[in-house]
Amino acid sequence: MRFVVRKLVQLTVVLLLVTFISFLLMNLLPGDPVEVIVPFGSDEQRQALREDLNLDDPMITRYWDWLSGLVRGDFGKYYTTSSSRPVSKDLKEALPVSLQLMAYAQIMALAVAIPVGVATAYRAGSRFDKAANTSAFAMLAMPNFAIALLLSYYLGVKLDLLPVTGYRPFGEDQAEHFRRMAMPALSLAVGQIAIYMRLLRSDMIATLQEDFITMAKAKGMRPRRILWRHALRPSSLTLLTVAGLNVGTLIGGAVVIEVIFSLPGIGRLIYEAILSRQYVAVQSFIVVIGAAYVILNFLVDILYSILDPRIRHVRAIQ
Amino acid sequence: MSPRNRRSSERFAETVLDGPLLEVSDLKTHFRTDRGLVKAVNGVSLTLERGRTLGVVGESGSGKTVLSRSIMGLLPKHNVVRSGSVRFEGREIGAGDPRTMRPLWGTEMAMVFQDPMTSLNPVMRIGNQITESLRYHLEVAKDFANETAIALLRSVGIPEPERRMREYPHQLSGGMRQRVTIAIALACGPKLLFADEPTTALDVTVQAQILDLLQAQQRERFMAMILVTHDLGVVAGRADDIAVMYAGEVVEKAPTRTLFTEMRHPYTEALLKSIPKLGDPSHTRLEAIGGRPPDLVDPPPGCKFAPRCPYAQNRCAMEVPVLTESGSSGHAFACFYPVGVGAAPVAGA
Amino acid sequence: MSEPSNSEASTQSVDTQVLLDEVTTAELEVAPTRRIGVAGWLAAAWLIMVVLVAFLVPLLPLDNLNESVASLARQGPFTDGHVFGGDGNGRDLLSRVAWGTRASLEVSVGAVGAGMLIGGFFGLIAGYFRGRLETVLTGLLDVMLAFPQLVLALALVTFLRGDPNQEGGVRLSTVLVLVIALGIVSTPIIARITRASTLTWAQREFVLASRAQGARSFRILFREVLPNVLPAMFSIALLGVAVVIVAEGGLSLLGLGVELPTPSWGNIIALGRNDLRDAPHIVFIPSIAIFITVLALNYLGDVVRAKFDIRESGL
Repeated sequence: MRFVVRKLVQLTVVLLLVTFISFLLMNLLPGDPVEVIVPFGSDEQRQALREDLNLDDPMITRYWDWLSGLVRGDFGKYYTTSSSRPVSKDLKEALPVSLQLMAYAQIMALAVAIPVGVATAYRAGSRFDKAANTSAFAMLAMPNFAIALLLSYYLGVKLDLLPVTGYRPFGEDQAEHFRRMAMPALSLAVGQIAIYMRLLRSDMIATLQEDFITMAKAKGMRPRRILWRHALRPSSLTLLTVAGLNVGTLIGGAVVIEVIFSLPGIGRLIYEAILSRQYVAVQSFIVVIGAAYVILNFLVDILYSILDPRIRHVRAIQ
Repeated sequence: MSPRNRRSSERFAETVLDGPLLEVSDLKTHFRTDRGLVKAVNGVSLTLERGRTLGVVGESGSGKTVLSRSIMGLLPKHNVVRSGSVRFEGREIGAGDPRTMRPLWGTEMAMVFQDPMTSLNPVMRIGNQITESLRYHLEVAKDFANETAIALLRSVGIPEPERRMREYPHQLSGGMRQRVTIAIALACGPKLLFADEPTTALDVTVQAQILDLLQAQQRERFMAMILVTHDLGVVAGRADDIAVMYAGEVVEKAPTRTLFTEMRHPYTEALLKSIPKLGDPSHTRLEAIGGRPPDLVDPPPGCKFAPRCPYAQNRCAMEVPVLTESGSSGHAFACFYPVGVGAAPVAGA
Repeated sequence: MSEPSNSEASTQSVDTQVLLDEVTTAELEVAPTRRIGVAGWLAAAWLIMVVLVAFLVPLLPLDNLNESVASLARQGPFTDGHVFGGDGNGRDLLSRVAWGTRASLEVSVGAVGAGMLIGGFFGLIAGYFRGRLETVLTGLLDVMLAFPQLVLALALVTFLRGDPNQEGGVRLSTVLVLVIALGIVSTPIIARITRASTLTWAQREFVLASRAQGARSFRILFREVLPNVLPAMFSIALLGVAVVIVAEGGLSLLGLGVELPTPSWGNIIALGRNDLRDAPHIVFIPSIAIFITVLALNYLGDVVRAKFDIRESGL
């Protein structure tokens, strides 16, 4: 219990710092934010924006107002020369798209990396192992946007197998949904496959040297059972941590991939907001991503201790 | 009956029931390494009857651990050269092919490892580690497997077995864990149990308890046991026969009583002198065996113990003494100048 | 419990067991890239070529970077003696990719260099002086790592650059903005590695010895510790340059890369995306340049790591 409480305190502190850094971003803007955001706005509009941003208040008050707004679900507004509309609505629609994209990529990566990682560890040094390792090394060097463009050219344009752009919600048409998500998810997954595979392989090789594996063998368990039931779980702790941390890479990648495939996710929103100089909105998106990432890592930490009872035990003592 | 069990029972249809349980002859196990071929086991022959205990004794590096793993076929295939014959219930299993061995592992022969801290899976509950072989080999129902496991835990002296079933290895002490590994090894009622230095990693206070437990179980189940140790004292009261190993070879073997009363090989003598005895007055000096075990890649010619042997003569450095039976009662040793016999050359003469 | 806990069991190592482990380990471990080898030399040769191109590009006999020839637009490689063909506006792609090398390297080497200086310094003093200083520094760096890297870079570039068309404020060139933003992003990672490596070296006998002789802290730090920490920093720097090259590409696709008309590998790809259907070579040629460069950097990073036996645990 103390472990959880300590982790929660830590989480709160990091969240405060992350939001504060995001808050400070606006101060980096060269010039007056009002001038940058609504350069051609009327005086009333400028005054309204000035009040929205509390620009006349001291910084700490401004931060507090902004933060409590975020907690209440107020993510600021989009400002155009004539009107303004809240960011939260767009955010709410975009969030599921981005989450789906990342989830599919992660599932795809693990679905490939785990069996290959296990197999290469079991047959370490074999030709299959060497081929898998070499491919992984090459995959690591491929930028996700290059993969995305390569896929959209060959699968989308040349072979005309998959649609190159656009999104279809899962609820509307499942087959079409997956057809449209396949290339984006694969583009994101390739790099992760390589990372996860290499990681699992080396951890698994170490685990297979353990006495308890020989013990399982001496019990007469079949190799498949030894690999999956005995060796995989103790070997997957680093994998889990890295899979958690890699969500950061995935988020960054998703932003680019969404733009390439015109998926209406947060990345696409950020892109459009940057193009139309909607700095308030950009700031909100960034803080949402930062906070989500921090919370996710917190959850991975908790999951970690569930997967390895030793850690749970040790931490309980601390 | 499941197809899997049927297959294994067919395979053992021709099992000979009256011969010895295990016959090992001229077993060699060499490892290919960068330095060259490591001759870890170099021509070992043993016989073990049903329900008997054989103690295999030797210092670190004598090849005793490799021997037990080699007999059981647990060594990896890669870079391991294995030759010789291993007959289990009259059937040849010397090739050690995992597909042949798997039906035997757990059900016919089992092993208790040296270090219970590492031989239990840290992320599996104790209960599952016991029941998995029951459920896999005997295909019994889950409830039945659980009950059997609880009974097993109780029989190896674990208090509150129901609670322990749900615990993880790290929640148990070293001695408790070794009891668990024994329970796992016994689960499917093997005919042959390898105990590979089962107490080396344990506290001194626990060692005797574990050895007594092994002995009691062995008698109760009429199970044969190969007890591997570096300590002659461990096997003294517990083994029926003892084989002393040095540099991958058996240098002396005899029924336990004979070995202690009429030991012939200088190495056996040295081993015995290196263990403390209760009868000795305190501060009696223990004699460590001088020198180091020979290099198994490039062993000395002649008797491998000669460089460390206080009785060695010129001949010992040139000729290899052969393990020869002498007198009755199955006492054999490999030495030209055995202790307690006088100077007359004996073996291989 | 009837038996004492045995968590620190004296695991007397049995030689045979060690031997056995050696055998199985030797059998299982695929030899790490300890020697530089043919692939290593190829990687080094490619990187040297890339660096030379970046430096010497004004002297190379290339077509005018910005001259558009209508007939060359979207033409594939080897059209009218243009080895890489033309881009969407009919400019010579070879010349643009060559000049792009310069911008891409300026950004990546600049950013990683800045990260090495700042992150390396923080990592060294955190790992050497320990105590509260270390707690504060690692805490700060951890918060920076709490952001996804590309998102932090994107945020910094967006806000540092502001609106390119707007008057007033301090205008920075986009290359400089990218160097600052990506330098800030790489700082905590480099600092973390440096700190981990410093921690191990600071406890070595020779360091303790010069401490005992009364040498000044900073002297020890830079004369004794730093030279030993450098290999770890160097290997992470190689990987860092690779990451930043890719990041510049990603940012370019978001319109946040090096500003046109200056070409970079990233913005050539971003611009070529419009012509993917008809002229995929505009996207693929700079993509391949990035791929090979990243491959070479990763490979040499591994070689350095293996050579100096740098454990990845610090990562």
